[in-house]
Amino acid sequence: MNTFYFIAFLSIFFAILVISAKNPVHSILYLVLTFFTFTIHYILLNAQFLAIVNFIVYMGAILVLFLYTLMLMNLNRDSEPVKSNLIKIAAVIGGGCFLVTIVASLKALGASQPVVLQNPNLGLVKNLGKVLFSEYLLPFEISSILLLSATVGAVLLATKESNKQTA
Amino acid sequence: MELIFKLALVVVIFLISLLIAMYSTYAERKVAAFLQDRVGPNRAGPWGILQPLADGGKMFLKEEIIPTNANTFLFIVGPSLAIMTACIGSAVIPWGQKLTIGSYVIDLQVADINVGILYIFGVVSLGVYGIMIGGWASNNKYSLLGAIRAASQNISYEIAMGLSIIALLMVTGTLSLRQIAEQQHGFWQNGYFAWNAFKQPLGFLLFLVCAFAETNRSPFDLPECETELVGGYHTEYSSMKLGFYLFAEYINMFISSAVMATLFFGGYNFPFMDMIHSANLVTIIGVVVLFVKIFAFIFFFMWVRWTIPRFRYDQLMDLGWKVLIPLAIANIILTGLWTTFIRG
Repeated sequence: MNTFYFIAFLSIFFAILVISAKNPVHSILYLVLTFFTFTIHYILLNAQFLAIVNFIVYMGAILVLFLYTLMLMNLNRDSEPVKSNLIKIAAVIGGGCFLVTIVASLKALGASQPVVLQNPNLGLVKNLGKVLFSEYLLPFEISSILLLSATVGAVLLATKESNKQTA
Repeated sequence: MELIFKLALVVVIFLISLLIAMYSTYAERKVAAFLQDRVGPNRAGPWGILQPLADGGKMFLKEEIIPTNANTFLFIVGPSLAIMTACIGSAVIPWGQKLTIGSYVIDLQVADINVGILYIFGVVSLGVYGIMIGGWASNNKYSLLGAIRAASQNISYEIAMGLSIIALLMVTGTLSLRQIAEQQHGFWQNGYFAWNAFKQPLGFLLFLVCAFAETNRSPFDLPECETELVGGYHTEYSSMKLGFYLFAEYINMFISSAVMATLFFGGYNFPFMDMIHSANLVTIIGVVVLFVKIFAFIFFFMWVRWTIPRFRYDQLMDLGWKVLIPLAIANIILTGLWTTFIRG
């Protein structure tokens, strides 16, 4: 349990650094560390597969792409758009509403139950695969179709752009 | 006691990785000399075998320069990350079977986690951070371009690598490297070769090509293409920080050779291993055999480097996305058909 509190503290600490860092590249690197603490959380929950997939997909691929796009952008201070006061006030009100909602829902739920896994080995690759491909086959297939259509859409958008340029 | 053995094993593997990385630099120069009909380094010690020490001493004594406009902290983090991610991959590789000394049984593997392959894969995908951070922090156009190339190359080839592993997993049915090594026991089993390279020839070829790309070795060493990018991502680096980048490349080469030997070439297994009845002797020969396989792969890496010219960047992307990924998917389908209809 102490490990959990330590890792949870680190997660929140790095998450705050993500939004408070001045330099966007530093933000991304803190985000990498945040995701790394998530991986440790999954391992603590005995969800090895989820842990390692989080490690590979989020830390190894998605955040590399984030970093990649950031490096290509112009990061000078003066090129940053200055937001009007109206947007700032709207953001404060929106954030306040969100905070109230979260606090209210936390109060409504009461103290969370300690995690008791029915099957402590559920997170292992074998068991997870069996559950995914029997009980949850339909949602699994539907989400894969969603991903496929997103990929096709992205390719379509990219080729349309280049056609315009050549024409 | 268990813990002490594990720690000793970790230290030994770490030292061996460093030693092999050191002597890979020497081997690379000797192999290059051999292929180009030269003598190669022969001044420091007999046959020049002290050359890596001389190189290392030179690296440490060079002046260390951190560019004025560089991001100092990240500039130091870059090479450190590169060498760290290179070293942690060795944790899940089974270096041999169990060794029995007196009443102690030593497992020659640091951690037998049951997602071993995915762990290796995760470490490989982290490897690019060292290059990207270092390249960006240098505040230099060429470094940045090298870093960006490294990132896109790694991500592209990771997909093909993952797909080629999936076909292998369909044959082995496990993600644990220990179990995969055990399945390839001996050399000939049930009327066919036991090693996975013979069961998954296409998968092995794809994995090999991707391993070249992931370790940034020639012909895929675009991130440090000196004809276009000066020195690539390590243009601004000097002294031991440059040394760390170069070292990380050789450790990566060693680890990926070990992974390929374990996944596809039987790991510590060797032909006629059942004819030796002393378990310890089998283990010791097995470790030697594994290292022979690893050295063969390292030699292959060098052989290719001095044989095949570097790819152009668009050719690299075409090969990754239009050749390797479709081939890997076809390999998965073929393996699926084979396991369902022929073996099933």
